[in-house]
Amino acid sequence: MPAYLDHAATTPLNGAALTALTRELARTGNPSSLHGSGRRARRAVEDARETIAAAVGAHPSEVIFTSGGTESDNLAVKGLYWSRVAQDPRRRRILCSAVEHHAVLDTVEWLERHEGAAVTWLPVDREGVVDLVTLEAELARDPGSVALVTVMWANNEVGTIQPVRRIVELAHAAGVPVHSDAVQAFGSLSVDFKESGLDAMSVSGHKIGGPVGVGALLLGRSVTLTPVQHGGGQERDVRSGTLDTASIAAFAAAAESVAAALPAEAARIAALRDRLVDGIRERVPEAVLRGAPGDGRLPGNAHFTFPGCEGDSLLFLLDLAGIESSTGSACTAGVPRPSHVLLAMGLDEDTARGAQRFSLGHTSTEADVDALLAALPEAYARARQAGMAGHESTIQTAGTVARQALHGS
Amino acid sequence: MSGGVDSAVAAARAVEAGHDVVGVHLALSRMPGTLRTGSRGCCTIEDSRDAWRACDVLGIPYYVWDFSERFKEDVVQDFIDEYAAGRTPNPCMRCNERIKFAALLEKAIALGFDAVCTGHYAKVIEDADGNRELHRAADWAKDQSYVLGVLTHEQLKHSMFPLADTPSKAEVRAEAERRGLSVANKPDSHDICFIPDGDTAGWLAEKIEMTTGDIVDESGAKVGEHPGANAFTVGQRRGLKLGTPAADGKPRFVLEIRPKENKVVVGPEALLAIDEIRGIKVSWAGLPISEVDSGAEFNCHAQVRAHGDPVPATAWVEPARDGAAGSQLMVRLEAPLRGVAPGQTVVLYQGSRVLGQATIDAARSLQRAAL
Repeated sequence: MPAYLDHAATTPLNGAALTALTRELARTGNPSSLHGSGRRARRAVEDARETIAAAVGAHPSEVIFTSGGTESDNLAVKGLYWSRVAQDPRRRRILCSAVEHHAVLDTVEWLERHEGAAVTWLPVDREGVVDLVTLEAELARDPGSVALVTVMWANNEVGTIQPVRRIVELAHAAGVPVHSDAVQAFGSLSVDFKESGLDAMSVSGHKIGGPVGVGALLLGRSVTLTPVQHGGGQERDVRSGTLDTASIAAFAAAAESVAAALPAEAARIAALRDRLVDGIRERVPEAVLRGAPGDGRLPGNAHFTFPGCEGDSLLFLLDLAGIESSTGSACTAGVPRPSHVLLAMGLDEDTARGAQRFSLGHTSTEADVDALLAALPEAYARARQAGMAGHESTIQTAGTVARQALHGS
Repeated sequence: MSGGVDSAVAAARAVEAGHDVVGVHLALSRMPGTLRTGSRGCCTIEDSRDAWRACDVLGIPYYVWDFSERFKEDVVQDFIDEYAAGRTPNPCMRCNERIKFAALLEKAIALGFDAVCTGHYAKVIEDADGNRELHRAADWAKDQSYVLGVLTHEQLKHSMFPLADTPSKAEVRAEAERRGLSVANKPDSHDICFIPDGDTAGWLAEKIEMTTGDIVDESGAKVGEHPGANAFTVGQRRGLKLGTPAADGKPRFVLEIRPKENKVVVGPEALLAIDEIRGIKVSWAGLPISEVDSGAEFNCHAQVRAHGDPVPATAWVEPARDGAAGSQLMVRLEAPLRGVAPGQTVVLYQGSRVLGQATIDAARSLQRAAL
């Protein structure tokens, strides 16, 4: 069994979720139907809604089921933007952190290109924390022109936790609604929608031990949203489409387990993570921990940059040694690009290329950490050697033969 | 792995032979196109996905290695520079020399790999002492040893070509089908990968500044004008738009490009026949044969194009002289070759064995010299 250190990508299915999933998959019924089968399915969906609402500190009517984090982010950002513009056409500005997941980042860029949005990218400090002074200044500069603020709860790459409550206070003081992508935070931190004051918040099933393909948007009851997807009018007429009873029930089962175990489990995982961080620093002193220290980051996140090597090479060598990790950043057509998060944190491209994210979760053990620490020094040494492969090949080529002949004669 | 059928089957055979295999797709552009158009081009997102899919079927890891900067510098810019200097380069050979079997190989070795395995149709033979020779593939019609002729002994020591003994391409496609590789019926890629529409002249015209100049005949008399000498290739007949017909009324061909004078020399077909070649940047595919060091003449076959016919020849090496860049390879062709241009590569063979190669610096027509 490989040591799985990529829980931020997806985490193994929770046992209770699997039971709920298979139970519901074996049953028939559209929750919108009025007959017995429909009522039974509806009961399962509404039970799940209450369970999830309780797990995130929301009212059941604030839970909008979606297909996952990306859809929730799209729905929140586009939906809020459109409805705010519809109420007042002057509201064209979006204030968005520079370290968002692509589901928010690309949605905002799309609105900028196609829907007349004017975007202000909120800078972050070296640890990845959003600069509140800039946020305050941007809000103060013509607050009536701001459509929304969107800042993630915790970063998916470096794990940095954002001051969400303070952001909400500032934005609300200016009369501006706030969305937060809490996909990484939910299940790892105590996330309370009501207490946060957020107007919209995205969560995902498979990051907490639920199945892939289900998530939710938490949406304040007074918040109006222009729908992205039209149809049968399900989910407050905000998200049409037949509800996926089985996935929703499984998502709820996972949410319930995770919420019940949270404080103890977060402490256990944080202790493992600290052991991992200390172990890496001891064995590879050149490695630099990125993101915020201690309680400022997700308990399961350890993100490092390794000087002189490409993250991809390190990932490959660790994979070969049975350690599954991630470079942490998205890629297009598989071509590795330096992470926008690290660049926003002030790193140069070369440093950013050496990124590696190790993320722990509910199945992580000391043995996983030990396996990584045992394999890492050699993998790093090799990856660095490969990264040094300079412009002039050490391999003898026709070109070098010709040049040698020239200089030799 | 390009995403084509050959590299997929080569990988499958390497896996089957018991090697630890990892699929690597070369990103040669940071902005890959999204869709394949016809059979041409490569390095699209679709190609990357095809290669990835093949790796999934084979159960091996897949990585994209970004060599776009090196490729741009060592292959694309070299291609432009060579044309700008009036020569005709072979970018595939350059890529093999500098990228696939150098930059990529070097990274692979650093990561702990032993060899680069590709879907080229060519064969590596090892003698009892562990010395390696490069040979033509079993299927001479598909043989790609020409574009590998630039590999040195060290590069050959880290090369694997599992398609060497395959009787035909049809066999490879059938094998891919049998192995459940979805690229079995994918069309072959042609032409130059970084010129997706195949319009080399049009592509070059955007990169090289062209100025109008004279077209002259073999005696030096002006017979027309051209929009830019660099767009022409030796042996070309079409597109000359000559106002003055030849005395004998027969078609005329490009004999020579003189970039410094910005002149294109044309003449009758007979003068395209090349009898002697002088090559520079000589390299040997494996250990050089004994005549190389002694300077003695040796019999061989010479080939100047990837799919050109080899002709019998006598060759010898002239040691470096003052002012000359390294030793020179002199080749006397027993049967003349048509359309030989400076910048092209001459590859020498003995039987199926590739001896080595040189970049053509001068091509001489005895008939033209006698004029």
